[in-house]
Formats: sequence, C-alpha cells, structure tokens
Amino acid sequence: MIADQLPILQVVIPLLAAPLCLLARDGRLAWALSQAAALAALAVSVALLLTVQADGPISYAIGGWAAPYGIEYRIDLLAAYVLLLISFIGAVALPYAARSAAAEVDAPRLPFFYSAWLLCVAGLLGITATGDAFNLFVFLEISSLSTYILVGLGRDRRALTAAYQYLIMGTIGATFILIGVGLLYMMTGTLNMADLAERLPALTGTRTVRAALAFLCVGISLKLALFPLHLWLPNAYAYAPSVVSVLLAATATKVAAYVLLRFVFTVFGAEFVFGAMRFDTVLLPLALVAVFSASATAIFQDNVKRLFAYSSVAQIGYVVLGISLATPLGLTAAILHLFNHALMKGALFMALGCVAYRAGAVNLDAMAGLAKRMPWTFAAIVAGGLSLVGVPLTVGFISKWYLVQAALEDGMWWVAALVLAGSLLAVIYVWRVVEAGYLRAPAADTVVREAPLSLIAPTWILVAANVYFGVNTDLTAGLAGRAAALLMGGVP
Amino acid sequence: MTPSALLWLTLLIPLAGALAVVLLGRHPNARESATLAAATALFVAVAAVYRAFDAGAVMTVSIAEPMPGLPLALSVEPLGLLFALVASFLWIVTSIYAIGYMRAHHEENQTRFYAAFAVSLASAMGVAFAANMFTLFIFYEALTLATYPLVTHAGTDEARRGGRVYLGVLMGTSIGLLLLGIVWTWAVAGTLDFRAGGILPAELDPGLVAVLYALYVFGIGKAAVMPFHRWLPAAMVAPTPVSALLHAVAVVKAGVFTILKVTVYLFGTERLAATPGIDWLLYVVAATILLGSLVAMTKDNLKARLAYSTVSQLGYVVLGAVLATKLAIAGAAVHIAMHAFGKITLFFCAGAILVAAHKTEISQMRGLGRAMPITMGAFLVASLSIIGLPPAGGMWSKWMLALGALDAGHMALVGVLMLSTLLNIAYLLPIPVRAFFSPPPAGSEPTGLREAPASCLAAIVITAAGSVALFFFVEPVRRLALSIVNG
Repeated sequence: MIADQLPILQVVIPLLAAPLCLLARDGRLAWALSQAAALAALAVSVALLLTVQADGPISYAIGGWAAPYGIEYRIDLLAAYVLLLISFIGAVALPYAARSAAAEVDAPRLPFFYSAWLLCVAGLLGITATGDAFNLFVFLEISSLSTYILVGLGRDRRALTAAYQYLIMGTIGATFILIGVGLLYMMTGTLNMADLAERLPALTGTRTVRAALAFLCVGISLKLALFPLHLWLPNAYAYAPSVVSVLLAATATKVAAYVLLRFVFTVFGAEFVFGAMRFDTVLLPLALVAVFSASATAIFQDNVKRLFAYSSVAQIGYVVLGISLATPLGLTAAILHLFNHALMKGALFMALGCVAYRAGAVNLDAMAGLAKRMPWTFAAIVAGGLSLVGVPLTVGFISKWYLVQAALEDGMWWVAALVLAGSLLAVIYVWRVVEAGYLRAPAADTVVREAPLSLIAPTWILVAANVYFGVNTDLTAGLAGRAAALLMGGVP
Repeated sequence: MTPSALLWLTLLIPLAGALAVVLLGRHPNARESATLAAATALFVAVAAVYRAFDAGAVMTVSIAEPMPGLPLALSVEPLGLLFALVASFLWIVTSIYAIGYMRAHHEENQTRFYAAFAVSLASAMGVAFAANMFTLFIFYEALTLATYPLVTHAGTDEARRGGRVYLGVLMGTSIGLLLLGIVWTWAVAGTLDFRAGGILPAELDPGLVAVLYALYVFGIGKAAVMPFHRWLPAAMVAPTPVSALLHAVAVVKAGVFTILKVTVYLFGTERLAATPGIDWLLYVVAATILLGSLVAMTKDNLKARLAYSTVSQLGYVVLGAVLATKLAIAGAAVHIAMHAFGKITLFFCAGAILVAAHKTEISQMRGLGRAMPITMGAFLVASLSIIGLPPAGGMWSKWMLALGALDAGHMALVGVLMLSTLLNIAYLLPIPVRAFFSPPPAGSEPTGLREAPASCLAAIVITAAGSVALFFFVEPVRRLALSIVNG
C-alpha cells in the first residue's frame, strides 16, 4: 500500500529527483523535474497531515527494521505541520525560480542549482520526518552542504565569502550537534528519540547528559541563528540568489527551531530543560536581545535583503521567546510564528527578487521611486511589511497576539511590552523601504518595468496567504495549539 | 432589505466608491461623481440604520472569526451611530469642497487622493460600528494606514517628515500601548465585546484597572492626549480637505470616540468612577486642554493654529470620558458632533483662503473680510461654536460637560473649561475681527470681491449653517447621547 509508505516517500522523492536533475543537463528539464518532485512532496505532506490528524502519530520503520536497530521515522502533528510548511514553500518557490534563477545563475550551472535545491529540501524534510537522532544529523548535513552550494551560486562575488562563512559556522554547529548526539548515545546506548526520552530521565543527574544538552543547544542555536550566533545569516541571505533567499528565510531556520523543540521537549523533556537546568533564564534574555539588537541593526541597512535578513534574526527571537516561556500558550505562539514568519519572509524576499530581476540591485537607492513602475511588487512589499509589523488581518498580528497573551499569562507584562516595542522597530525599517519606493524620486533614466507574471504570481500567492491565515486561523493556530499541547504532554 | 444588510452596506459603499474612483481614474468628472455618489449613498445608508435602530431593530453582522472568541463583527449602539452620522454627512460636504479645492489648487495624483479618502471613510464606519474592541482595533489601524498616503500627498520632504511623525506616533501608541491594553483586557476578562456596564471582572484589582485605563487613554493616539499629540500638527501638510474631514472629524473623532466607547462599554462608568487611581489622568487631560490652547495662540500659520485648537478641543471629549458621570459622557458625545461641524468649517475657510488669496499666515489676513465676506462670516460663526457661545451648537456640549464636572465634584475642572473658553476667544476671534475691521496691509493693492470656487463656498455655508442649526435643534443629538448612558 502506497499510503503506508508516505513517510519515506516524503523524503525520497526529492532525494532521488536530485541526481536526475544532474542527468538532465538542461536548465528547463531540470526545472520541470524539480517542480514535479516538489508538487509530489507537497501532495505527500498534505496526505501525511490528514492521516496524522485522523489517526494520530505515524511510526515507520525504514526497510522493515524495527526501531532499536533500524531507523524510525515518526510523524506527529508538529512534524506534519513543519513538513507541510517546507513542501509548500518549496512548491511555490519553484515556479518563481524558473525565471529568477535563470536570470541570476549561469545557464550551465542550472542543473546543479536544481539538484542542490532538491537535496536541500530533501534534507529539511528528512530532519523533520526522522525519529532518530543520528539520522537527523545526517539530513542536517545534507541540507547544510547543499545550502552552501546554493548560496555560493549567487551572482555577486561576495556570495562566495558568504557561503564560506556559512560553511565554517554551519560546520561548527553541526559538530556540536554531533558531539551532543554522541554523548547521548554513550549514556543510553540508543539513537532513537523515543527510546532516548525513556532512558534519559534516570540519567539527568549525570554531567554527561547535561553536557550533551549544552552541546546540542549551542549547535542548534547556530543553525537557528539565535543571537549571538547569527553572524552568518545576514550575508548568506543578502548575497544568495533571490529565490534561494526565499527558501532559506522561509524554511531553514524554521527547521532548526523544530529541531530545538524536538530535543528540548521530546528528548530531554521540559521538566529537565526548564525545571532543573533553567534554560529559560538563558533563552529568554537572548531572545529579547535578538529582537532588539537585530531590529536596530536592520534599521541601518541600505541593502534591503540584508535589512530583511536582520529582521529574520529578530523574528527568530520571537520564536525562541515563545519556546522559553515553556507554557502551552507560549509554545503555540512559537509554532504559529514558525509558519507565519515563513509566509511573511517568503513574500518579502520574493518581492525583492522581482526588484532584483528588473532593477538589478536591491539597495534603497536602486529602489527609489520604483513603486509607480512596479506597483504590484511594491504593494507586495507593503503587505509583507505590514504583516511583519503585525498589523491586524495579517498573520503577523496573530503571532503577536498569541505571544503577548502568553507573556501576560505568565505575569511577565514587561516581556509583553518589549515584544510590542520590538514591532515598533519593525515599523521603522519597513517604512524606510516603503518611503524609498513611494516617496523618493526615481533616477531620471530608469527604464524599469513591472516584473513578469511568473514572478509576481507566486509572490502574490504568499501575500494572499499572509492575509488568509491572518483571518482564518483554524488551520495554523488550531494545529499549533494541539502540537504545543502534545509537546507539553511530553508524548513523543 | 434586512437591517443587518444595511450595516454591511456602510462598509461596502465606501469601498465600492474607492474601487470606482480607481477604475474611473482617467475621467476626472466621472471619478468625482463616483465620490459624490458614494458619499451620498453612505449617508443614506447610515440614516437608514438610524431609523431602523430607532424603531428597535437589532443589527449585527459577523464577518469572520480570526481567533476563537474574537469575531470580526459589527453592531449598532447610539454612540457609534452618532459618530457615523456626523462622519458620513460631512463626507458629502467635504467631497463637494474637495472637487473645487483640488482642481483650483492643481493638485496631482487626485485618483489616489479620492480612493484613499473613500477607504478612510470605510475604516471610520468600521470603527463606528465595531461590536468589540478587537474589531475596533482592526479598523483603527486601517484608518491610520489609509490616511498615510493622504498626509504625504504632496510628496515633498516636508510631507515625508510629517508622514513619519504621523505614522510613528499613531502606530507607536496603538501597537505599544493600545494593543497591550487590549490583549491584557482579553487575558483578564476573556472577552472583548462591548457591553453596557463593562466587561471587567468585579474582583479585578483597582490598581490594574487604572493601569489598563491609562493604556487605553494614551494608547489611543488619535485622541491626541498630550504628550502623544504631535502627529496632529504634523498631519497638517496634507491638502486642506484631508485636514478638514479627517483631522478635524473622522480620524480624531475616531480617537475620542474609541475612548468613550472603552469607558462606557469595556470599563463601565460606575466602575471607573469608583477607581481612585485615574484622577491623575484628569489633570493630564486638563493640561492638554490648556496647553493646546496656549500653543495655538503662538501659531501664526492658520492650519497649525487650528490643529492645536483641535488638540485642546479633543481634550474636552476625553475629559468627559474620564469624569465618567452620565452628563459628562453625554456631553462628550454631543461635543463630537458640535466640534465636528465647527472645526470642519474653520478648515474649509483656511483652504478657501489659500486657494483664493494664497495666504496661509494669520498675520497676512488683515482686511481679508472685504474680499471674502462669506468665508470670513462663516469663520466667525464656526469660531463661536468652538468657543461655546450662542447661537452655535458648541454651547450645549460645553454646558453639559461643565455640569458633568460639577456632578463629579471637580470644581477645578469647571474652572479649566471656563479658562479654556477665554483662551479660545483669544486665539480665534481676532482672525475674523481683524479681517473685517482692520485695513489690509500697506502695499497690497485693493482687490474686489474674490471668493473661493463656488463648490468650496457651498460647503462652507452648509457646515456653518449646520453649526447654527445644532444650536436650535440640539434635541435629537442630545437624546441620542443620553441614551448611551441611560440604556
């Protein structure tokens, strides 16, 4: 039965399509293959979500080898939700890539590009689907290595240094995660997360387990770009090809946040991490510093892609803030914001890609006065920006509402006030872009026109999603709430 | 048509108007007809809502439910009805005025102007008929964003700076303070519905009630309570019709209206009157009233003087809300209508003077009464209304507010109201008096009668006459206002 094989199909489809792209040797054909694979992956993730909602978590033994010896894939509500997010962004971004990547990547390299893209998506999907700590590390490396390639393919020569910087930092992060996983294996003799969760409570007193937690948290925080381990992110986002920025901003850090949730709540358990080790006293201040320092830095950026990259660091702060509250409502806010932030930044980076496609650059000077010439693109920037600020009827507002409510529920009114103050900084940096587009005079000789439909349409699909999920939150907030309850219940 | 469908129409008509304006952008006459038609249709719809409400119909509309327990919904109560009636009626008049003004002043981007104007009105209707604080907040933010392109209409550096202050203060207060207050209210009360008598649980600590109320009073930046008033003078870079309808009526009144609504339907007047921690707000508001007037006296630019006068006058309404006695609340509601008619006339006059005589500074307006007798006559009448003298409607609201202050036992505040009246006289009356009785400045050639375009004059006459009519026929307004507090 094919329905029983869904968990592995989710990962294997893009994984196998990747080498096929290399064989295609032609950009168009490679794109068509990738698009087909992405749509298939999307269909699988929808089916998975429906199954999980109906029947509860799915456990899948790869190759028929049962858990302690073989690798288990485990799809619970949270995993299905993140899988859907990744495959949705992957499927929406590819039609956009057809035009955008063709303009920004050398034609002979396009098959490599799509191949790396699929590997990256497969890696991210694998991280989310697996229930095995070491397998998670393997997929993490697959996605990371392919990301370095994708970033390095940027037209700007600085993309190479950005990719190298990311490579170094990412490898350090991966090493920390590997050490953490190794320590856990040493103590428990298992790599299966469910087994780990069973055996760890008896061992929490040991220094090794505590060290494992510390290694894992630092490693994941690097991947997550949590302040002060975020330095690789702005350059990588700024100099990568436009569509790669879309993919990274919308999915890569989200998956890292998922890994954090997985280890903290499923493997170690909130009791140990927040009760005994008091990790919230570390995460909460770091999250707040992330929000403020990154937002403040964003205000002073002239390259708009960098500007929104710093904004991403700030938004990750909100996610971690929600996690550090360690209440069902706080977790709901964090999980909800994963999805919502992916929609906002996806839309914004796509709109910036449209600007790059026509104007060639995305700094504020190059964007001056273009709003009249590219009305749809700039309307998308305004809409995405408003969502980022958290204006009502957008997803950003929903996230903020839950986060503020969670902080108030804990009696931390000052955190609530700081969260809102952070959005005010967002008003400033978003408005610098809006002012440049709408209120400054364009360069006299500009011949810029509106971007082609194949770029505008995917952008507006994401903008529409920003509004739709800002009005109808049954899917997002409902799922996030139930996933949070499951995590807090400690059920893997 | 069912009454609830009427409520839908109040939102849809201005939005349809905006769409029509955009589609007809290339045909100015058709475009302006669309604006006028939408304005008229909106007023008819609101009037129909009023008749249905008077007949006892219950009107509710549920648009969506973004979060469980927080529906996006509309309903009708007297306060919102009063605000909607005033705003929709004055939109018609302003549209007539704007057509003359925008063309005589050769403004660019008129399509964007009329479209944003219509969207602003739709937002104002949403504010007026919001059934809960969540819905109100959504439309409140929409109003800020829809008016931003109007404030920065000129596209100059000055307009951009004005727009920054405008957006910064309004978004800053609404997200930083108001939203915090709303989520907090939701956290303690479990609902945000507007209900007579308030929704806060009885056992809530009075200290927290005071904090929450302060978050609302300052967070509703559109009410321009000092120190969050700077956006209003900054918004004066906008074309005059915007200053007239939005920054004397729709936007600022949305602010004070929201404070009144919060006072009556979220906190409950009795609850507030029994909360000792809010007395200091009275002093802040009293200071706003007096300082606004004092700053207005120092301004030579007519629109700037009127803007500070608005800051001061909005203080009256907020004062009525914070006093929280029945008469004070009703007086505050009546003042929304009275000040609207008075101040819009003054702004219309300022625009007419700009278009016809190209003057913006008060010191240049000596002797102008000879060239523009109708404009200056209307200015005099409207000034009387703002000051609170008969035969203009402004007298009644001041009267009720003073009585309300006496009821609450605040003699000092009655003194503030009287002092403010004197200040109003000092900064408003010299303008028409000098225009009529001083000779024109030496060196300027004598001019004959030179009034603004006819459509501008018509608008000025209508609103000035409205101010006078409200003195003689105040009863329906007063009845509507009293039904807010008497149920």
